[in-house]
Amino acid sequence: MDCQLDIFFLEAVLNGLLLGGLLALLALGLNLIFGVIDVVWICYAELVMVGMYGIYYAEKSGVPFLAAALFGILLIALAGVILHYLVIRPVLDSAPINQLLVTGGVLFVLQAAATMAFGIDFKNIGIRLGSVNVFDMSFSYARIVTFGVAIATMLVLWVFLQRSYIGIAIRAIAQDRAIMPLMGVDQRKVYLVTSGIGGALAGLAACLMVLQFDIYPQIGLQFGPLIFMICVLGGLGNMIGGFIAAFIISEFIAVGGSCFATEWGYAIAFLFFMVVIFIRPQGLLGGKS
Amino acid sequence: MKPQIVTRRWLAWLVGLAALALVPLGIRYGFASSEKYYLHILIQILLWAFIYTGWSLMGRFGLTSFGHGAFTGIGAYGVVLLWNYAGITPWIGIPVAVVVAVIVGLLVGYPCFRLRIVGHYFALLTLALTEFVRLCIVGLRDYTGGSLGTQPARYGNGISLYAMQFEPDRVLSYYIALALWVVGLYVWWRVDRSMDRYALQAASQDEDAAASVGIDVTREKLKITAISAAMCAVGGAVYAQYQMYIGPETVAGLGVSLNIVFAVIAGGMWVMLGPTVGAVFTQLLSETLRVSIQSSATLTAWLGNGALALDTMIYGLLLILFIIYMPKGILGTLLERRERKVTAAGTSPAPAVSR
Repeated sequence: MDCQLDIFFLEAVLNGLLLGGLLALLALGLNLIFGVIDVVWICYAELVMVGMYGIYYAEKSGVPFLAAALFGILLIALAGVILHYLVIRPVLDSAPINQLLVTGGVLFVLQAAATMAFGIDFKNIGIRLGSVNVFDMSFSYARIVTFGVAIATMLVLWVFLQRSYIGIAIRAIAQDRAIMPLMGVDQRKVYLVTSGIGGALAGLAACLMVLQFDIYPQIGLQFGPLIFMICVLGGLGNMIGGFIAAFIISEFIAVGGSCFATEWGYAIAFLFFMVVIFIRPQGLLGGKS
Repeated sequence: MKPQIVTRRWLAWLVGLAALALVPLGIRYGFASSEKYYLHILIQILLWAFIYTGWSLMGRFGLTSFGHGAFTGIGAYGVVLLWNYAGITPWIGIPVAVVVAVIVGLLVGYPCFRLRIVGHYFALLTLALTEFVRLCIVGLRDYTGGSLGTQPARYGNGISLYAMQFEPDRVLSYYIALALWVVGLYVWWRVDRSMDRYALQAASQDEDAAASVGIDVTREKLKITAISAAMCAVGGAVYAQYQMYIGPETVAGLGVSLNIVFAVIAGGMWVMLGPTVGAVFTQLLSETLRVSIQSSATLTAWLGNGALALDTMIYGLLLILFIIYMPKGILGTLLERRERKVTAAGTSPAPAVSR
C-alpha cells in the first residue's frame, strides 16, 4: 500500500493513459455496432482473441508482421460480417436480451474452438520492441505504438463517419432506424458494412494486443467485461463517451493496480462503474436511452 | 372440473416425488458397481436445478441477470470462510451468507429498478457485479486461496450434522439435494400463484402502464431479487458443502453466470420444471461428452486437451440455435405443443399457470 505521489505514481498514471488508448479502441468497435445495429456483441473480445491467434499463426508461418496484421484485420472483419449474417440477422426483431444471449453463445463457441484448435497454453508472438526510459520511468514501445495507432484509428473513423456517404448513412441509421430505409438507404447493407468495420476494429486491436499480451483462449474473459463496462459508462453507442470512459477506467486499473494488487485495480474500477451508473444510468455522456 | 385437475396434478407430483425418493434404492440394486457415480450426477443435477430455478424467478420477468454467479459465489465462499476461519457452523453461516447476498442484490437492484435500468444495461451492470465479486475473491487470496480455490476444513470423519458435511455419504447427499430442489420448486410455485407474479409480468411488459394501475414496480422487483439472490446463495453454499472444493471459476464469475442463463433458456424459462430440464440437459450433455471423449481413443488423439472444450462448444452452438429457433426452451416448447393439441381437440384447455 505504498501509494505516494512519487515518480512511480506518475509512471502508473502514464501507463494507465497508454492502456486507455487500447481500451478506447476496443470500446469503439462495440459502440459503433451498438449505435447502428442496436446489438451488443458479448463475444467482441473473443473476436479479438481469434484475431490474435490468426496473427500469431500467420507470423509464425513466416509472413512479415505487418502482412500478418493486415490478414488479422481482414479475417476479423470477415468474421464480423459472418456473425451478423448468420447470428444477428435472425434475431434482429426479437427481444433485445435475446440478441445479447445469442452472441453469448458465440462467445462459448469461439472460446471452445480456440481451446480445441490451439490448446490452453499461453502463446507469445515474441516480438520485442524494447522500452524507453524517461527519468526513472520506463514505458514499453509496444504500449506507445498501441496508443498512437489507437488514437489515429479513431481520427480516421471519425473523418470516415463525417465525410463519406456510407459513413453519413451509418450515422443516420444510428439516429433513426425507421426513417432511413424510407430515404433510400439500404439498411441491410449498412448493417453489414458496420459489422465489417466493427470486426476490422477488433482485428486492429488484436494486432496491437499481440505485441503486449500472451495469447490464450480465455483472454476474452479478461478484456470483455472491461469493454462492456467502458461502453456502458460512456453511454452505449456514444463513441466520445466511450473514449473518455476508457481513460477513466484505465487510470483506475493502472493506479489502483500499482497501489494495491492488480485485481484490486480492476475491482475498484468495477465498483466505480456501478456507483456512476446509479448516479447517471444513461452513462457519462449518454443522451439517448 | 377444476378441483379434479388440481387433485390429479397433486397426485402426479406425489407419485413423481416418491419415484425420485426411491431412485437411490434402484441405483443400489441396478447399478451397484458405479452407485457413487450415478448419485453424483443426480446430486449435481438437483443442486444446479435449484440454482437455475432461483435465477428463473427473475429471468422470467425480463430481469435477465448475468450477476447470479455473484450470489452463488457469496453463498459458497461466505459459508466456507466462516467455517474455516471463525469456526462458525454452516447452520449459522448459510443464513449469514444469504443475508449478505440479499443485501448485495438489493443494493445493486434498488438503483437499477428506481432508474429503470433494463435490458442491455441491466445485463451488463449485473455482469459487472459478477466480475466484481470474482475479483474480490481472487484479491483476498490470503483467505480464499485466490484463483486456486479452497476447501472447507473437514470435520471428523467427513460426515457431520454440525459441520453440514455429508459428501462421503452419497445417498444422504442425494436426499438433501432432493429436498432443496423441492423447496425451490415450492418457492417457484408460491411466486407463480402470488399477486406479485401478475404485477411483475405487467411491469415486464410495460412499466409505465403497470405503475399507473398502482403497482409499486421497484418494490416488486426488489422482492423477487431478494428471493432469487437468497436461493442462489443457498444453492452455492450447499454446492460447496457437497463438492468440498470451491474456486472462483466454479462457483462465481462470468462463466457460472452464463452457464446459469444458458441452462435455463435451454430448459424453458417460463415453466416450473424448465430450469430443472435445463439442468438435466446440460449436466447429461457435458457428462456424456466427457465420458465418450475419454473412452474414444481417436477423439482424444485428435483433440488432445482441447477435447474438454467440446462440451462448451456444443453448449454455445445450442444456445445460439435455441435462441433463434426455440426461445421457449425444451419444456416450454413441448408443453406449448401439447396444449395446442389439447385445445385443437376441443377438450378443456389446461390452465395456463403452474405446471
